[in-house]
Amino acid sequence: MDVTASLHGLIGGILIGLSAVWLMATLGRIAGISGILSGLLTRSSQGDSPWRLTFLLGLISGPLLLMLLGSDLGNVASAPAKVIGEPVGGVGIMLLAGLLVGVGTGIGGGCTSGHGVCGLARVSTRSIVATLTFLLVAIITVYLMRHVIGGDV
Amino acid sequence: MKALMGYLAGLLFGLGLAIGGMTDPARVVGFLDIAGAWDPTLIFVLGGAVVTTFIGYRLVLRRDRPLVAQGFQLPTRRDLDARLIGGAALFGIGWGLSGYCPGPAFASIAGITPPLIAMLAAMIGGWFLARRLPAKS
Repeated sequence: MDVTASLHGLIGGILIGLSAVWLMATLGRIAGISGILSGLLTRSSQGDSPWRLTFLLGLISGPLLLMLLGSDLGNVASAPAKVIGEPVGGVGIMLLAGLLVGVGTGIGGGCTSGHGVCGLARVSTRSIVATLTFLLVAIITVYLMRHVIGGDV
Repeated sequence: MKALMGYLAGLLFGLGLAIGGMTDPARVVGFLDIAGAWDPTLIFVLGGAVVTTFIGYRLVLRRDRPLVAQGFQLPTRRDLDARLIGGAALFGIGWGLSGYCPGPAFASIAGITPPLIAMLAAMIGGWFLARRLPAKS
């Protein structure tokens, strides 16, 4: 096991947790990225837009800051000096994947952050069921793609 | 003030994703690939985040109200329905195909590539599509 990667993972996870706690402590909101971004884009959230917009700017500026500092805090598997990794597929597969992620998180009411992090921390039954479902389906999808359809990549 | 608090939360989240390696789709897919060269990093990220949030929420939610807002807005639904489970399943397929969930995908804009543009555009299209589906199934 790659101990450095795991340690970075743990530190990153704690920072994500602090972000969720901070957002609840100051604005009283769940840190669910699909909800924050889709809420900004798809509905006229009354007076609610500025913090969503600044949250998203912050979300981009986190990795950007690490890139500008040229720090070695990135955690890309194939290139430890990089902060943002390359996509695992081309435009076609990403169009399909993006559509499924959008529709799925839209009707399922959350993603890895809202259901996965905040929902599990609240011990919400709905979020626990959602998280187990998307984890299991994603594992099956990768298995089929890599070991059944694609052969052992 | 709300905008500043939102920015700080987003910054912490973005730093956490990048330091945790979640802005690398290969790491995410490596975690999901339990039959291949399994990459455990995601479980440390998720574990660290859930435990921190679990403790933090319990301290924060004792207060009467948030620092700069009227009240805490927490989900109240408890029922399990087809939309929740079906939506989560569709999301799981997309996540497995791409290694991108909405946070890391958006946070990776600083390293934008044509496949990521396609993923983000389709994801946003998917949200509009989901809004057009009937509320009850």
